[in-house]
Amino acid sequence: MRVTLKLYASLSDHLPDEAKRTNEWPMEVADGTTVGDLIDRHQLPKRLVHLVLVNGHYIPPASRDAHPLVENDVLAIWPPVAGG
Amino acid sequence: MAWTRKILRVNLTDRTCTSEPLNMDWAHDYLGQRGLATKYLASEIDPKVDPLSPDNKIIWATGPLTGTMASTGGRYSVVTKGPLTGAIACSNSGGYFGAELKFAGWDMVIIEGRASSPVYLSIENDKVELRDASHLWGKTVWETEGQIKSEHQDPQVRVSCIGRTGENGVLYAAIVNDLHRAAGRSGVGAVAGSKNLKAIAVRGTLGVGNIANPKEFMKVTFEKKKILKENAVTGQGLPTYGTQVLMNVINEIGAMPTRNHKDVQFEGARKISAEAMHEPRESDGKAQLINNQACFGCTIACGRISKIDATHYTVVNSPKYWGASGGLEYEAAWALGCANGVDDLDALQYATMLCNEDGFDPISFGATIGAVMELYEMGVLTKEEIGIEAPFGSAKALTYLTEITARGEGFGKIIGLGSKRLCEKYGHPELSMSVKGQEFPAYDARAVQGMGLTYATSNRGACHLRSYTISSEVLGIPVKTDPLTTEGKPALVKAFQDATAVVDSTGLCVFTTFAWALSDIQPQLQAACEGDWSMEKLDLMGERIWNMERQFNNAAGFTRKDDDLPARLKTEAAKVGPAKGLVSGIDKMIPEYYDLRGWDPEGRPTAETVARLGL
Repeated sequence: MRVTLKLYASLSDHLPDEAKRTNEWPMEVADGTTVGDLIDRHQLPKRLVHLVLVNGHYIPPASRDAHPLVENDVLAIWPPVAGG
Repeated sequence: MAWTRKILRVNLTDRTCTSEPLNMDWAHDYLGQRGLATKYLASEIDPKVDPLSPDNKIIWATGPLTGTMASTGGRYSVVTKGPLTGAIACSNSGGYFGAELKFAGWDMVIIEGRASSPVYLSIENDKVELRDASHLWGKTVWETEGQIKSEHQDPQVRVSCIGRTGENGVLYAAIVNDLHRAAGRSGVGAVAGSKNLKAIAVRGTLGVGNIANPKEFMKVTFEKKKILKENAVTGQGLPTYGTQVLMNVINEIGAMPTRNHKDVQFEGARKISAEAMHEPRESDGKAQLINNQACFGCTIACGRISKIDATHYTVVNSPKYWGASGGLEYEAAWALGCANGVDDLDALQYATMLCNEDGFDPISFGATIGAVMELYEMGVLTKEEIGIEAPFGSAKALTYLTEITARGEGFGKIIGLGSKRLCEKYGHPELSMSVKGQEFPAYDARAVQGMGLTYATSNRGACHLRSYTISSEVLGIPVKTDPLTTEGKPALVKAFQDATAVVDSTGLCVFTTFAWALSDIQPQLQAACEGDWSMEKLDLMGERIWNMERQFNNAAGFTRKDDDLPARLKTEAAKVGPAKGLVSGIDKMIPEYYDLRGWDPEGRPTAETVARLGL
């Protein structure tokens, strides 16, 4: 199935070059792939994986390993950030 | 004791400058800056006074930690009755002016009356005088600061001043120091302008030497700086990406007010985000962001210094804008961009430079342009009236309207009234996205329910900085709460409001609270100030300050009906994103909030609350 991984701020360094100007990385993954699987597969540093959203909804740390992605899901991840 | 214990009182009508002792009983109950200056203002003016009349007063106030070695200890506030709202106005600025005022030996400057001709206040330690400013009238902020430094032959003079918008009575004119740090909201600059006060220029060489327990203060401020450095947000996120890192976050959760709050996601958000500011432009191969910058004593350094593309249509014939200058912050980028559907990053940088150069609030200005563009698309406003075709998404309309507002020309005079008065003038008051006349900042109240309550109850009109529940509802600081529910939000908002009222009264920056709790600030105050500064005292003080501001607003005529949101947010559901189908639950939250506050159903503190807080 097709999903999109979005990485922002310092996590942008983990994007391939062609995705750096959009922060969006579309990819094919196997059915049943979880949020935690994608974080592990792309070796995202755990200390930088802070704000995790699927289709804009927050996924708490305890649910990430068990949260399955479905077709066209958008997984967006930020390190600890703030503003205002 | 941290305070200098001295107030400078300046009567512009009589042209007198007098020194008086700080009321230390009040300092122990209201601390400094926001709390203490509001106490003075509320005690000295009639809350029903016309904000632009000589009877209003305007106060520049530092906090006890301003000018000290505490991290971010450079803040000052400008407190007055605001012309945009008619409510209490308190705008907070960083840079270096606040610390310099403290170094000159003053906790506060209270300005009264109105000068018969333009003046500026010159302060060199104890040497204080009003000087003629006729030659500065009509000058921008940038020209004024340069000229005053030149006249004083001292590049270290710090200047807090108004630009042309403050002179012209733009109701959201700011007071700007250090070229691009601003007491930005609620029109404090228009009050200074109404008094013919162009600037305060200050040079202080006395330092801040009267710390109650210097050894302990040095130890505790060092420990607390370590917390800021080691925290991922204040140590890395904010210095690297600035506040603008929120652009993609808020858009992703569907809380991005877009095109005058018609939509909750902006398709152009990525193009105007922190990430875009970091990457090379296609036009010239250079990134817009040059560097970050810190205010006095700050170990976070979230400020942006940017350079516009010199070939951009806005500046191609204006070399004065080609150099490094204050860059886009999130709220400005939202208001100038998303609120109008504009995704041209350099057009936004140009507009924000003009806001700095002539001293006006980009939030209220940008949001007002959002209303103008909606009225234009409805056919209510025409190209002939505005001076340009102004559909949503037009960068050229945005930058043209910024220019004419800065200069006070043509339709720019109407824009300078703010969205409430502008929308009323054209028969569509419902299109003003504001509370108490002040425009919303960059979070949609349908998708972040606590922010709706924050806006509705903010004592200075719609504002994010009075209780920044985004920290909890979106960013998980200190704990994550669900942005889509109203449950628990009255208590959350009250807690943020009270704690922020204390932080705003210390001389420190509220951004420290991304890493510090109030219990991290408490020992710094305890070491700096004599007397008891327990957590219990600070908690009560925050509540006292909030209720004092509320009482001022009640006396000015504000009631329950003013704690509300525009109908759009209560009846037009979010179209997409996690909040799809939701409207703001403000009507449900208000009664619970009033209960928690100890207010009656009309939003007035009860006699019991007033007595408990010692008001």
